[in-house]
Amino acid sequence: MPKRTDIDKILIIGSGAIIIGQACEFDYSGTQACKALKEEGYEITLVNSNPATIMTDPDFADQTYIEPITADTVELVIDKERPQALLPTLGGQTALNVSVELAESGVLDKYGVELIGAKLPAIQKAEDRALFKEAMVKIGLEVPQSGIAHSAQEALDLVQEIGFPAIIRPAFTLGGTGGGIAYNIEEYEKMVVAGLALSPISELLIEESVIGWKEFELEVMRDGADNVVIICSIENVDPMGVHTGDSITVAPIQTLTDKEYQLMRNSAIKIIREIGVDTGGSNIQFAVDPKTGKQVIIEMNPRVSRSSALASKATGFPIAKIAAKLAVGYNLDEIPNDITAETPACFEPTIDYVVVKIPRWAFEKFQGTDETLTTQMKSVGEAMAIGRTFKEALQKGLRSLETGWFGLDNHPLDELPLSELPSKLSIPNVKRIFYIKAALARGMSIEEIHAYTHIDPFFLYNLKEIVDFEDTLSEPDARQHVSQHLQDPISQNGETDKILTKSLLQQAKRFGFSDRQLGDIYDVSEAVVREGRESLGIEATFKTVDTCAAEFEAETPYYYSTCSSEDEVRPSNKSKIMILGGGPNRIGQGIEFDYCCVHAALALKNDGYETIMVNSNPETVSTDYDTSDRLYFEPLTCEDVLNIYHKEKPSGVIVQFGGQTPLNLAIALKDAGVPIIGTSPEDIARSEDRKLFKAVLDEIGLMQAPNGTATSSEEAAPIAAALGYPVIVRPSYVLGGRAMQIVYDEELLHDYMHSAVQASPEHPVLIDKYLEEAIEVDVDAISDGNRTVIGGIMEHIEEAGIHSGDSDCVLPPYTLVDEQIENLKIFTYALAKALRVRGLMNVQYAIKNDEIYVLEVNPRASRTIPFVSKAIGVPLAKLAARVMAGKTLAELGFTREIEPAYFSVKAPVFPFNRFPGSNTRLGPEMKSTGEVMGIDTDFPRAFAKAQKACGYTLPQGGSVFISVRNKDKRAIIFIAKKLTDMGFELIATHGTAKVLLRNGMKSELVFSIGKGRPTIHDYIKNHAVDLIINTPTGDLHRTNELLIREMAITHDIPIFSTIPGAAAAVHAIDALQRGDITVTPLQDYFQMLQ
Amino acid sequence: MKAILALSDGTVFEGEQFGATGETVGEVVFNTSMTGYQEVLTDPSYKGQIITMTYPLIGNYGCNEADIESIGPQVEGFVVREYSAYYSNWRSKWSLDAYLAEHSVIGIQGIDTRALTRRLRVHGVMNGCLSTEDLNPESLVAKAKAWHGLVGWDLVQRVTCPNPYAWQHEENNDIHSKYRVVALDFGIKYNILRQLTKHGCEVQVVPAKTTAEEILAAEPDGVFLSNGPGDPMPVGYAIETIQGLMGNKPLFGICLGHQLLGLALGGKTFKLKFGHRGANQPVKHFETDRVEITSQNHGFCVDIDSLPNSVDITHINLNDDTLEGIQHREYPIFSVQYHPEASPGPHDASYLFSRFTEMMDGENGR
Repeated sequence: MPKRTDIDKILIIGSGAIIIGQACEFDYSGTQACKALKEEGYEITLVNSNPATIMTDPDFADQTYIEPITADTVELVIDKERPQALLPTLGGQTALNVSVELAESGVLDKYGVELIGAKLPAIQKAEDRALFKEAMVKIGLEVPQSGIAHSAQEALDLVQEIGFPAIIRPAFTLGGTGGGIAYNIEEYEKMVVAGLALSPISELLIEESVIGWKEFELEVMRDGADNVVIICSIENVDPMGVHTGDSITVAPIQTLTDKEYQLMRNSAIKIIREIGVDTGGSNIQFAVDPKTGKQVIIEMNPRVSRSSALASKATGFPIAKIAAKLAVGYNLDEIPNDITAETPACFEPTIDYVVVKIPRWAFEKFQGTDETLTTQMKSVGEAMAIGRTFKEALQKGLRSLETGWFGLDNHPLDELPLSELPSKLSIPNVKRIFYIKAALARGMSIEEIHAYTHIDPFFLYNLKEIVDFEDTLSEPDARQHVSQHLQDPISQNGETDKILTKSLLQQAKRFGFSDRQLGDIYDVSEAVVREGRESLGIEATFKTVDTCAAEFEAETPYYYSTCSSEDEVRPSNKSKIMILGGGPNRIGQGIEFDYCCVHAALALKNDGYETIMVNSNPETVSTDYDTSDRLYFEPLTCEDVLNIYHKEKPSGVIVQFGGQTPLNLAIALKDAGVPIIGTSPEDIARSEDRKLFKAVLDEIGLMQAPNGTATSSEEAAPIAAALGYPVIVRPSYVLGGRAMQIVYDEELLHDYMHSAVQASPEHPVLIDKYLEEAIEVDVDAISDGNRTVIGGIMEHIEEAGIHSGDSDCVLPPYTLVDEQIENLKIFTYALAKALRVRGLMNVQYAIKNDEIYVLEVNPRASRTIPFVSKAIGVPLAKLAARVMAGKTLAELGFTREIEPAYFSVKAPVFPFNRFPGSNTRLGPEMKSTGEVMGIDTDFPRAFAKAQKACGYTLPQGGSVFISVRNKDKRAIIFIAKKLTDMGFELIATHGTAKVLLRNGMKSELVFSIGKGRPTIHDYIKNHAVDLIINTPTGDLHRTNELLIREMAITHDIPIFSTIPGAAAAVHAIDALQRGDITVTPLQDYFQMLQ
Repeated sequence: MKAILALSDGTVFEGEQFGATGETVGEVVFNTSMTGYQEVLTDPSYKGQIITMTYPLIGNYGCNEADIESIGPQVEGFVVREYSAYYSNWRSKWSLDAYLAEHSVIGIQGIDTRALTRRLRVHGVMNGCLSTEDLNPESLVAKAKAWHGLVGWDLVQRVTCPNPYAWQHEENNDIHSKYRVVALDFGIKYNILRQLTKHGCEVQVVPAKTTAEEILAAEPDGVFLSNGPGDPMPVGYAIETIQGLMGNKPLFGICLGHQLLGLALGGKTFKLKFGHRGANQPVKHFETDRVEITSQNHGFCVDIDSLPNSVDITHINLNDDTLEGIQHREYPIFSVQYHPEASPGPHDASYLFSRFTEMMDGENGR
């Protein structure tokens, strides 16, 4: 069928802030959908609260609403835009849930909006456990048995049917706490009692355990003519029991025979038909009993997912783009396969390589939480690697993670006592793959490791091959020959050394060993290994991802490296620029940097350059083969980047857009002769090195907080004492405030110095006087080397001391006066000049007692670039890329600062509910996973929208709990007064209550925790409080405050822990009470700037 | 042990031997299925060919008794990127290495199979020599060049059964057979027989040279024309037999059976540049307007333009618009170029077996 002509305007909903389980993959899918549908001539209305997305760039949709993704807000958009159709399947669970809400409440009917892709009954059937189970049984498929229990007796009845082991999952507990597996009735009874008590609604889900079974996924697509194809099959290395997002996964499936695979394929086709997803992609998960081959269905997502993004990158088949086209009426055989150009999209991609995806976690930021990997996802990012063997792909994947491993190496685990191995193997954890290596190295058999891990022996065997080959490389004979050759690679003598070295190194490369790993084995540097192997002609070759295993010629240059005999890349003679991406998402480095890389590619492509993207993150828009002219899906290590550089010989390489990842490579690349464009690596280093930077500041006469540098614990104590506590301590060269802390006394300092030295061994610890109660300001600027233009000045709402990524901020500033703003600008110009910035620069200032201090300068793209770009209507990253390539700001027409007449608020989103037991207090170490933006004509409304977009709906009435530290008692009076005027009831602890009473406000008294009942905990549990204002004393030993925070998070109650935050909230509530909240597309705001 | 694969164009790939040792010649072709290597190895249609799998890891799940498509491996040689010495699957009985060794098939691993595949795609399939004995590249290239190749060679004689036999159900003994079918064995795959059985057919498998008279004498409800290896042109006796059956009995042909039917109808066949071998070939079925993802394995093809007006084109390959299925306008005769019995590959087209039984019903009722 050709495309539908009865609709011309389509609403697309994004997935909002980046959270665990819902990251850039939905920007990738949404961006593809917007592009595909615009290409077809449809008018697109988009709603997404995440400013760091490419899809919210104003040219990807006709009306771009950066508004909260809630049913009431989306209804406002529908009312205003009157789209005829809503595509609900491309914005993750968020978009799907809101769409369902709008459909169920009748809003879609009211406005005549049709759900396309998946209709309501199909979504319900897939999402509702009972309906899904019924549907599966109907088509003769099995699902693990399960049931809901509200009492111990019900639970006992259920387990009679389900049998042991049984999984117990209490409903709505933080991070799934209280759940577990019971192997016998005694354990079961205990867990049931505990679980019922923990669940706020006293509800348990009891499930048949398929833990240890093999886990598989199929990515399925269906069109309106009922053609169904499987795009990709995925096998999880970690078996059932570990969330697929936390599993190492492999594509395609490795250990099923064709008969088993076809059985699974047939089931998938039956499922998508029975569930009734009209068109588009679905992800279906299966568990297979390794002993009998029995297959059961775990779940189905009736939408594109993280796995479909992975599948798209793994196969070259753009699932979201095709899904969008199917949704408007095309059939699969009417859409061409972009990669081959000559064949249709109606086929099943076949791949001739192995894809390995490895998750990246951030447990170091959430200490105190249980690090066991379970059925709840905890990873914050992932890397994907492609190789021609599993071994090669796995080792490439491990080094892509950028967590200090360069493959399956062993240094972090050398000290592990043998007795701990069984538990490290049997309890899934972040480092399990390395424990397996340790076990293999100590001679544990594959069978024994399999018994502990349930990981398929096929994978364990491949790991063993790596371990065994490392032994071969380390044998004295091998060592001698290789060392001989490496010492004198161009020697005409030593033919034997050469021959032997060549065969060893070649095999090592086929197994995916990095030069760094080989250097470690032979006690030489990475560079020596490189030189030695290149002299033997062992170089990386590049192959194409082509969807068809070379059956047809590929039109799209999407490459990966491998050790082989043929290189398929034919570099062009065009002028080209290579952009280094940011690698796997982590806290502090995520979608914002990918956004900048994408912008660089788009802008430079437009200027006639051939753009080359290098990245290892499958979730991103940057790794869409459409984004740049050439895509290399490769780890961002020096070795891998140099391989590409030598192949392509670009005239410039951009390192300042991908966050810390490419910056860390800058000096090594430059030393290897790579032309880095933009601010020079040396100038970047000047901003990061404490001494050099101090010289820069002194030269231009700017102030820093008093500070010092320590290389040992002994050195640190006197420095801190001289500065006076509290101090801020941090290792140099980190992003996201990794290991950055406010330290209040010497004991804590001592503790810190031990962990910090681990955090970054090659660099000293920086100690700064903590500027208490200072206003923090972020400034983003762009410079062409002569002229500097400020992109945006963002005033933080919380005081300095909370990481800028974790603070709410406002653009333009809402309390700064003109003189301060003027000074900030002058200082920024001076810094840009002193650091010879070409490109972007971010400066963080603190203003205390009307003095401006420089906190830090980062001459590179910052996390706030997308936010600022959206707030001022200027694509800063694009301009910066063009500046780096040689344009001046005057040529680009950006010479004047823009001060919008509306307010933009950025607010962070935290993953605390995934990490029960961890410290939820905010500080200098960044913990948020994502952010949202609220825009409106005044600050309170913009703030209210940002809060709402974070998932905190500010109450418009009810009870407020107030408990503030002594120094905030004065400031709280007006806030409390305003709240009572607006009709709120107050609840307070003793001290605060007394102050309030003296100022004419009555409050309900609660006890401080441990001093009597009821406490605020009881109120929270009884849903008797709607807003919490609780400013912490800064004393780490006061755990009560933390408990309140944690409970507020569990129960989704908005909590403000600073006076400025509380004040902003009160203004916002006031605005909400006045009503008339409206929605406005970005395009209209930008009109106002003209 | 070292092994070398040499192509007739002079390209040489050095790798490691697995399976049997020795020397072999054949037409070098590639298969893009990601699963099902054992079915590929045992498919008689690959007689005379050295197969390379484009999926790089082979041997992962070993070999078993359920995935055999004929009496044993049929290929002349097997070429993979990485052979997995360790195998893991509840069904597996033997390693691929042991299986090939036992059946005297030479395997070579560790070569750049993608480079090989690209060469075959660009220059077309070519003859090759695979050896673990003669490791002299020039000599192997010469042997590859000297080999006669597949065109004009009747390979059916190397794979057809010597004597007629009744297919025994491997499982489902309780299936009630409603139809009596004679299957002309040009190199038949077991899964076709299993599918026919499943659809209620009692199958008598007969050698390729069985005449029309002999078949008609047995009074079957229908005749099945099987798949098989190589060039259909030299299999003149089968074309004659089919001509003798047309209009007398319902006929259903698959792959070589389809090509022979095409020739019997007066059509022509030609050799494809590098053939269709894999499990992801999209085929459009005009009657339903749906696309089937099909399993394919053929190097020759019936020329659409050569077909007489007495047949309708029912199926077409969406990748290259070549013929995939025909149906006779008057007689109960139809055939497909692809493999609805799958094994390996998707089961999208298994409805064709029902179509055959419906056709037999129609004839019986007439």
